[in-house]
Amino acid sequence: MSKRYDVIIVGAGHNGLVCATYLALAGYSVLVVEANERVGGAAITREFAPGYSVSACAHLLFLLHPKIVADLSLERHGLKPAATDLHTVALAADGAHLTLTADAIDGNGVSTGDRAAYPLFLNKLRRFAGVLQKTFMTRPPRLAHKSMADLTALAKLGLSLRLLGRDDMRELLRIGAINIHDVLQETFENDLLKGAMGFDAVSGGNLGPRSPNTVLTCLYRLTGQLNSKGSGISIPAGGMGAVTGSLRAGAEAAGVEIVTGTPVKRILLDRDRATGVETSDGERISGAIVVSNADPKTTFMKLVGARNIETGFARRIDNIRMQGKAAKLHLALDGPPTFRGLEQTQLGQRLVIAPSLNYVERAFDCSKYGEYSNQPTMEINIPSVHDDSLAPKGKHVLSAIIQYAPYNLRAGWDAERAAFKQLIIDKLAEYAPGIEERIIASELLTPPDIEKEFNIHGGHWHHGECSPDQFMMLRPTPGAAQYATPVAGLYLCGAGSHPGGGVLGLAGRNASTEILKREKTP
Amino acid sequence: MTAPMTEPMIARAADKRVLPTPFHARASALCQTNCWSSWNAYTVVDLYSTLEDEYFAIRNATAAFDLTPMAKYRISGKDGLAYLDKLMTRKMGKLTPGRVMYAAWCNDRGHVLDDGTVFHLDKNHWRLCSQERHLDWLLATAMGFDVEIHDESAEVAGLAVQGPTSCRTLKAMNLEGIENLKPFQLRYFPFDDTELLVSRTGFTGDLGYELWIEPAHAEKLWDALFIAGKPHGILPNGGQALDMARIEAGFIQAGVEFVPAAELVRPDRGRSPFELGLGWLVHFDKPIFNGRRALLEEREKGSRYRFVRLDIDGNKPGNEAFIYNGKKEIVGHITSATWSPSAKMNIALASLKMPWGRPGDELYAEIYYNRELQWNRLMARCKVVNDAFFAPPRRRETPPRDY
Repeated sequence: MSKRYDVIIVGAGHNGLVCATYLALAGYSVLVVEANERVGGAAITREFAPGYSVSACAHLLFLLHPKIVADLSLERHGLKPAATDLHTVALAADGAHLTLTADAIDGNGVSTGDRAAYPLFLNKLRRFAGVLQKTFMTRPPRLAHKSMADLTALAKLGLSLRLLGRDDMRELLRIGAINIHDVLQETFENDLLKGAMGFDAVSGGNLGPRSPNTVLTCLYRLTGQLNSKGSGISIPAGGMGAVTGSLRAGAEAAGVEIVTGTPVKRILLDRDRATGVETSDGERISGAIVVSNADPKTTFMKLVGARNIETGFARRIDNIRMQGKAAKLHLALDGPPTFRGLEQTQLGQRLVIAPSLNYVERAFDCSKYGEYSNQPTMEINIPSVHDDSLAPKGKHVLSAIIQYAPYNLRAGWDAERAAFKQLIIDKLAEYAPGIEERIIASELLTPPDIEKEFNIHGGHWHHGECSPDQFMMLRPTPGAAQYATPVAGLYLCGAGSHPGGGVLGLAGRNASTEILKREKTP
Repeated sequence: MTAPMTEPMIARAADKRVLPTPFHARASALCQTNCWSSWNAYTVVDLYSTLEDEYFAIRNATAAFDLTPMAKYRISGKDGLAYLDKLMTRKMGKLTPGRVMYAAWCNDRGHVLDDGTVFHLDKNHWRLCSQERHLDWLLATAMGFDVEIHDESAEVAGLAVQGPTSCRTLKAMNLEGIENLKPFQLRYFPFDDTELLVSRTGFTGDLGYELWIEPAHAEKLWDALFIAGKPHGILPNGGQALDMARIEAGFIQAGVEFVPAAELVRPDRGRSPFELGLGWLVHFDKPIFNGRRALLEEREKGSRYRFVRLDIDGNKPGNEAFIYNGKKEIVGHITSATWSPSAKMNIALASLKMPWGRPGDELYAEIYYNRELQWNRLMARCKVVNDAFFAPPRRRETPPRDY
């Protein structure tokens, strides 16, 4: 490895692998250095009990962009879905569940008005999400900058807003910066429906349904539907690790070298230029360009070092809001669980416990004061229903995102982890009586655990809140929002960059485009 | 009938807006004019007696100026020097213990936040002394360094003792060996059961010293100084006389020659070190310092402004005058101006748009003045002067002669 590379990529998350492959296809020699033993970052499948595997962080595929699937021939490299267009089941403790699809609600107790409003409302939001999505494939424009590309990008954004037409434009301006609670409240009656829809807007974020900006996060989430006829939510065969597995195969086919189990200790600098990386065992690898798939705080405060960047920029990086509030629960079950009132054929859908907006808001309230939710809200998924590679025959794995679990729990996670896990299981048992007797093994990953396992500062799996202060030209912060950074030759390609979190791959792709534009060809 | 207010009661009452300095009782006893100013939330004397007396005390005898309101920050820790090297545009490596360095610091845009002096007090201890307050920036810059930043502004009283007889005055105060202190050196002397820090620094461009002590000993220091200085013509001086002296010395002042970058509402109104005549303080051979990228770009693309010292025809001070070129276009303005009694010149500091201020450029100051309700306007020819207007060799003499 004493060789010199054109590009060294720190971190083999999905974005790192996407970026690596595009650059290798363009002729660069690319080395990807990954701290963990396997590639994938937060999109991995791993065993958590003998014989039981699960997508250990991200567990559903909402947003992976079809262009990336096509460009990188991921299907040829093994990517195939186990299930597509999952429905969302809004679970009710009494078993009167609602099933939500991209354009209809199935279930009892929903008024005619709600049924009629549902597709209209989603269509409207999808139109707005479309404006957002148009920006996803390009670098965000700088404000007040005279570059032609930036002016054009801003003009395009303005135009796509204009093309919404007067009524839609007014409506987007009206709801754009308010909260999802108020918007749902004025549109729908059914609490269960509103709870589940509100959950989507706050998933993975430090937000409750009444928090400002939750319409934006809702739209962000909906962009995934725009590439699909249905909900756009899928489960890859073999779990999320299969996505990054196919990315790895694609990368290696394109000539990318990948080393794993090799944490990068620091990014090497010659004055203000990145010249390579030093691994934790002291090896120095030189590269003309260094691309960081790590989150911006880890990249600058740890790998580059706060003292090696200018104070104003360091302060902006330090101020990035990225405290994780979501935990991950994994259960190994000795048989399929039974949810009250849920047909077994529905067991493989996306199950949500968010019985009302107030329920979710109260769950969030706890976290504001450094406590975990005493009534948590969650997204449950039992991938073994679709994929028998994850558990022994007849057995199952359950994967759930649990909110809210603040990174800085006041009492400390070591003292509280077991109690919180029990509380979650009890909550599950309210919906799935007897589930606790089926548990063979269990694992709870709190935000500090996520931070440690996936090397994400704050355990925030979006690499920073997706909110207007950290969006587009502000993501992660001005001065680094176009993938290039104040350190010459150092680029960002992770979810901390535009367009943001989710297993999307566009940050990696856009970063590669920017590198190809800015750096001399190999 | 209420009792008259005691001095501490007055201070508490004044606490809402301005604080008295530890020299307040002495200063107010000597202040004949009742001309006070608020400076960094302290009340300080603007003028004690007459401008002429105070100015000539600076240039011909000794003048004492209360500079306690200056912001003072203690920087401690093993990374102190590396920290200063990131903070300042200047290479700080030569700042050994016992030395003082003048430096300027910038934001990421390369605009000057302030200039000031750094005292290397002792191993792993430095003091930054500046016009403006910077705690927030200093703390933010400390990320990643093993340093502690402490605002000691209120814990250190300061007196500037400037003028040709200042050394004799301090000798008479029994500061043994003071005559051997070189410019930009500092030394501790025992005084009143405590330590008196003396640095050979100042804002007058003359022979002079700055004295730093704990506030509890401030009055005793003042008394000892004025007793020792009496035979050598010591007078207290206020802000007005100091301003004349610093303009003569050609020194820039925060808030006058430049708006400190942290206070800007319009970010492009800042000034880089190059635009303030401080290019000599910028050392690009350091791997990192705040503003480096922006200043490198400026060096390549050129600056927007030029700082100049002007000798203006006539004797009408050109405060705030526009500067015109030969084609009657406005090319800049004067930031500070005074009649210089020592240089016998009508002098000014100015900020000109590039490229104006080159040798041979014709420049005129548009000066308005009022004579008994009659306004007159004149276009006074200006000449760019390269150095300080007044720079007596005694400012560097070590030991200084007994003036």
